[in-house]
Amino acid sequence: MHGSPLVEMVSISKAYPGCLANDAVDIKIHPGRVHALLGENGAGKSTLVKILYGLLAQDSGNIQWQGKNVDIASPAIARELGIAMVFQHFSLFESLSVLENIALGMDADADSALKKKIIEVSRRYGLPLDPDRSVYSLSVGERQRIEIVRCLLQEPKLLIMDEPTSVLTPLEVSELFETLSRLAAEGMAILYISHKLEEIRQLCHEATILRGGRKVATADPRKESAQGLAALMMGSDIPAAISQEHSKPGKTLLELSQLDHPAQDQNGIALQAISLLVRAGEIVGIAGVAGNGQDELMQVIAGEVLLLREDALLLHDIKIGGEGAGERRRRGLCCVPEERLGHAAVPSLSLVENAFLTAHHRKALRPGGLVSYRRSHKFAEEIIQRFNVQCNGPMALAGSLSGGNLQKFIVGREIMQAPDVLVVSQPTWGVDAGAASAIHEALRTLAAEGAAVLLVSQDLDELMQITDRIGALCAGRLSDLHRTSDVTVQQVGLLMGGETIDQNKVVAMMGEST
Amino acid sequence: MIALQRRAHPSRLMGYMAPLIALAITLLAGLLLFALLGVPVGEAFYAFFIEPVSSVYGLAELGVKAGPLIIIGVALSIGFRAQVWNIGAEGQLILGAIAGSAVALHFYEVDSWFVLPLMILASIMGGMLWASIPALLKTRFNVNEILTSLMLTYVAALLLSWLVSGPMRDPDGFNFPESRLFHDAALLPRMLAGTRLHIGALVAVGVVLAGWLLLSRTLLGFALRVNGAAPRAGIHAGFSQKRLVWVALLLGGGCAGAAGLFEVAGPIGQLLPNISPGYGFTAIIVAFLGRLHPVGVFFAGLVMALSYLGGESAQITLNLPLAVTGVFQGMLLFFLLATDVLIHYRVVRKGSVVSNPDSSLARRS
Repeated sequence: MHGSPLVEMVSISKAYPGCLANDAVDIKIHPGRVHALLGENGAGKSTLVKILYGLLAQDSGNIQWQGKNVDIASPAIARELGIAMVFQHFSLFESLSVLENIALGMDADADSALKKKIIEVSRRYGLPLDPDRSVYSLSVGERQRIEIVRCLLQEPKLLIMDEPTSVLTPLEVSELFETLSRLAAEGMAILYISHKLEEIRQLCHEATILRGGRKVATADPRKESAQGLAALMMGSDIPAAISQEHSKPGKTLLELSQLDHPAQDQNGIALQAISLLVRAGEIVGIAGVAGNGQDELMQVIAGEVLLLREDALLLHDIKIGGEGAGERRRRGLCCVPEERLGHAAVPSLSLVENAFLTAHHRKALRPGGLVSYRRSHKFAEEIIQRFNVQCNGPMALAGSLSGGNLQKFIVGREIMQAPDVLVVSQPTWGVDAGAASAIHEALRTLAAEGAAVLLVSQDLDELMQITDRIGALCAGRLSDLHRTSDVTVQQVGLLMGGETIDQNKVVAMMGEST
Repeated sequence: MIALQRRAHPSRLMGYMAPLIALAITLLAGLLLFALLGVPVGEAFYAFFIEPVSSVYGLAELGVKAGPLIIIGVALSIGFRAQVWNIGAEGQLILGAIAGSAVALHFYEVDSWFVLPLMILASIMGGMLWASIPALLKTRFNVNEILTSLMLTYVAALLLSWLVSGPMRDPDGFNFPESRLFHDAALLPRMLAGTRLHIGALVAVGVVLAGWLLLSRTLLGFALRVNGAAPRAGIHAGFSQKRLVWVALLLGGGCAGAAGLFEVAGPIGQLLPNISPGYGFTAIIVAFLGRLHPVGVFFAGLVMALSYLGGESAQITLNLPLAVTGVFQGMLLFFLLATDVLIHYRVVRKGSVVSNPDSSLARRS
């Protein structure tokens, strides 16, 4: 159709313990075209690209480069073939200059010849760069340009860009797109990894869509609507929202009002003007692709980092923005962070000690000021019993439990403290189906008993199943919230991409379907 | 090529056995060393390990040496559990000795009960003051406490050397760099007539018990352990990392300071340019040999105290250089670390290393 492909990956499979990251994936990339690799988190995009760049070895399948079978055993071999890659996180030395950084990456001398080449390449492709500037003084967009120039100096035939726009401002994005279009026009093949639908429709000529490790479709993104792409990405096998008895939500228990929080580091996300109410008796869901501010939001709500404005966070109408995690727990706000080991629980300590870890604020586990292991033991036993945690008893180390069982224990630990507000992140990530439904059941029961539950998750099925209202985080901003029963999975997919749902259209679509 | 590969399940039993294994290997290596030096192995063994503790006086000396090691070792192991690496206990010991001595010299010839408690208080404050510098730098500017606490040790040693040859020098001491001999009211009471065993040994036992209580039964101890094992979980539970850094360093500084005072107000009886045979550094070995557990530290302190006595004894009876003490201590730490490595890693041929999926540089085998 477009001549012979530059590179063709045939039936690539790669398994990790417990998950098949790539399942017989095929992809063809042609010279002179921008090829999108599209998929949700965990769809297998990174694995496929790492195999192509020689960072991982496939279990089966082969790669053909210009029609010949090749064995890409290392990034060095990939570079020799003419494959270059710009990673999501840059590897630059802050204290060195642009020139020195590029020289280091190429094993070249930082001499005037290299400098001339840098200036030439950066002019030709609209990538303004001053070779003598120190990296620490550059913006994220400028840093990305260094990486791109470093790749271009190798005169690659294929350029891989891994989520390049996730850290860029809109202006920087349009500059990047111009550069990429120019490169493609000159005959370079570009593999563009993203989950942002609008971008892909704007930039890419072809798209390969992955879901759950499998290639589900190839499409021409210019001809598809964003909704169509979202449907391909999410799949249509998603169960419809289970209708909930909408018990009238009670009074507001947790309120975020115009909450701003600066990014903690270069790769962090700044939270911007997040407003949200969670009322007694309801479960509010927040969707979003990882890295759009979920971690930051969790930290801010849990009290791991304090807010500058006390009244940006209200619990029972009390300003708690300046209070630490312990005080917030005492007031009735409990949290379950995403990472089980090392964040929600200490792997090298027993379940008894892990029960004590977050429960000592609300449960009487320190009579007379000293840690009571007898009481903690009893509490841990209660959790294990009620949530059916499979383990070697309360003295088992947290690290020895399977993911699902540890998660049941952690969620149980918070629920059994009878919190007024429970905030959970990814409660069923990597958890088997049985444990997942037990956790969902527990969250529902807690809400039915009058608690407010905020569920942050990347799992749309989960959100559609158990939440009452839903919104999405994108680049640190929270979309409007909608009643879960009023929106489709595809529409939530749009919210995740930073778009808004036109409520009139929603109503119209609803009307059509009935 | 030979490479190390992390074990999935390090043995817990071997974790506790490691100090004993390391001791045994040290013993063998030490005896081999004596044999190579041409010293009869049996005689050397007797001189180093048996003779020093074959008399009441010898046992009392063991207590004298073990006291400061245990006091500092317990405090350091509490800090190490929280991943706060106070390497400068030697300097904090010196500052404690200086502060306590200043009180003793200020109240020279004042014969009252309050002098000694005041000296102890001053020494604790002195040690804490010295430890607060790394704590401040760590919590304010995120400066590595290993470097600052270690470097401050040398500052402390120079300060001591200036003080004993200047402001705190004995006016009737023929210009020797020494302070006056402390007055009786400023000396620690002896526990056993005819020996140098003083109440520091009792304090050491108390510190062991207090340290054990702190780590196992208090919220603070729990917070310290969690901070060391999983810092993010500590933050999630609401423990302030900065506060824990302060607590760990001040605890180490206070205990080291008191240990310094027990030296100058105990066996020495005055302030000298050299008041410690490296107790502050040896206590680091003691802490690890004792598996960072106060009860373990108690026994480890006794072992390391014996290495001091053995070195002295070997010097006297076998004409061996005093450096054998350092050699033994160094070997012990070396073998302990080596056994620890083998508990956590297995040795494999490079060709068979299974590529680690965590590493971005994983390559094909």
